[in-house]
Amino acid sequence: METGTTRLSGTGMTLAYDRRVVAEGLSVAVPDRSFTVVIGPNACGKSTVLRALSRMLKPTAGAVLLDGEDIHRRPARQVARTLGLLPQSSIAPDGITVAELVARGRYPHQGLLRQWSREDERVVDESMTATGVADLADRAVDELSGGQRQRVWIAMALAQQTPLLLLDEPTTYLDIAHQIEILDLCARLHEEQGRTLVAVLHDLNHAARYATHLIAMRDGRVVAAGEPGEVVTAELVAEVFGLPCRVIEDPETGTPLVVPAGRRRAAVLAPEPA
Amino acid sequence: MTVLRTPGGFSLRFRPRALAVGAGFAVLAAGLGVLAIAGGDYPMTPADVLRTLTGGGTPAEEFIVTELRLPRLVTALLVGAALALAGAVFQALVRNPLGSPDVLGFTQGAATGALVVVVLGGSSLALSGAAVASGLATGLLIYAIAWRNGVHGYRLVLVGIGMSAILTGINGYLLTRAPLMDAARAMLWLTGSLDGRGWSDALPLLTVLSVLTPVVLLGCGPALRMMELGDDTASALGVPVRRLRLVLLAAAVLLVSFAAAAAGPVSFVALTAPHLARRLTRAPGPNLLPSMCVGATLLVGADLLAQRAFTDHQLPVGAVTGALGGAYLVWLLAMERRAGRL
Repeated sequence: METGTTRLSGTGMTLAYDRRVVAEGLSVAVPDRSFTVVIGPNACGKSTVLRALSRMLKPTAGAVLLDGEDIHRRPARQVARTLGLLPQSSIAPDGITVAELVARGRYPHQGLLRQWSREDERVVDESMTATGVADLADRAVDELSGGQRQRVWIAMALAQQTPLLLLDEPTTYLDIAHQIEILDLCARLHEEQGRTLVAVLHDLNHAARYATHLIAMRDGRVVAAGEPGEVVTAELVAEVFGLPCRVIEDPETGTPLVVPAGRRRAAVLAPEPA
Repeated sequence: MTVLRTPGGFSLRFRPRALAVGAGFAVLAAGLGVLAIAGGDYPMTPADVLRTLTGGGTPAEEFIVTELRLPRLVTALLVGAALALAGAVFQALVRNPLGSPDVLGFTQGAATGALVVVVLGGSSLALSGAAVASGLATGLLIYAIAWRNGVHGYRLVLVGIGMSAILTGINGYLLTRAPLMDAARAMLWLTGSLDGRGWSDALPLLTVLSVLTPVVLLGCGPALRMMELGDDTASALGVPVRRLRLVLLAAAVLLVSFAAAAAGPVSFVALTAPHLARRLTRAPGPNLLPSMCVGATLLVGADLLAQRAFTDHQLPVGAVTGALGGAYLVWLLAMERRAGRL
């Protein structure tokens, strides 16, 4: 699935907010056609890396390369046709309908004399269908549930038609059923549409289950990167999160499943349930 | 949403309702304008006015209309449109319906320059020039203080409110330093008045507005709509957020400063016109063009009221917009409260 090439990478990046340095000399690469997930404890710099890759944050040293060129030197609209981002928080204007919001994803493809082409219309319809919000097209976004709203925002990012799509904690604030729903949707987009996805996730088990490529970070460094089957080990979880655990096989998917060690030792020593 | 498509891949999208609101207010403004020109010490019928405007009036009518009353009307239209456009831009940029130039200190800044000229004694041309210059200087100062890796909505609002308070204090001090006669003239200017405005007052604003309207509406309008979604989402969609904000802030400050130079700091139009436009069009987005039409109509209507409300004397137009705008704001807050949004 992964070809070994990369369209999006960061090399020798120093990332800082004002003077607070989050990472120094950091390099990451996103394999093409992968579903890359960045994990790590709070404040390890994972969201910061995503901000850098999506050019929201300019590295003070080093560079982010998109198709071999410094992303900050390329015209904003041109980048927006290649690289999409679903930020952690977006604002839905008062009273805007689902279809109108999704339509705004077409902005980088439009112009003063090309405000709404048939192509725009088709892509918006397809994006709403792919995310299962076509039935909600005329509803106001404010009236929707959290899970529905997140699918609408993903539909908007899809309408941008970018081969690369970055998602900053797309499952935060959602209940478990909606989390799985959103991740299933991402996996489908990755498999069926061949898009390269990069997501920051909090839940290690979700990451291990859905990612084709994992990047584990701690203190602004990449500790390990590779296939979840190779990366997620008890040693790595202890190193990255400082959490003693066991890693077993996920009975559903065969991917690694992290089981934190219990507070009582007896629980750890007890034989595995059949 | 209605779409027009032509062969060759061109397409235009618009909301019929927004277009209707804009056109409706433009017609209303024209109607009020004819009434405004008709009234005064030398009363004319609306038919006389239209005849004179189309070139068929007597020399006396010609003089009264084109030299005395039309410049005042044109100034009112331009000031209303400019303030409304600036207000709509500010509100969209800071994503706050209270983000208007009167709240953020830009208007007070323009007033400071004008008051300095009043205290030192100067021509009305110097007064206008000083209003523009100090309005721009205030804009720069607020921008510089609010700048921190770019200028974000909340910081701009807070810095602006602080600056507004400081400038109001300075303006009050300057008023106490002015000789009594000049202070009276300054007070009138501070309220906002269109009394005795001539072509020389309208022309600078007309120039600024005819340059900035296409820049803001066509050049920045679509990107400004994306800014509503938040800075991150807007830049993910390819909006150069920092540059756009700088250009739009500069444009809005220029509009406010030149409007203040022409008519003084007329209050509440910048705040209410975009609100009213949005409620009527029921469209999300900054509603720039409908806002301009509403603003122009509001100011012409307010000036008409100011001239005719009392038979024995005229009110400054700013007193009328202040009273009407204040009432509207109170009503709006009550509505929002009832809707549970406040």
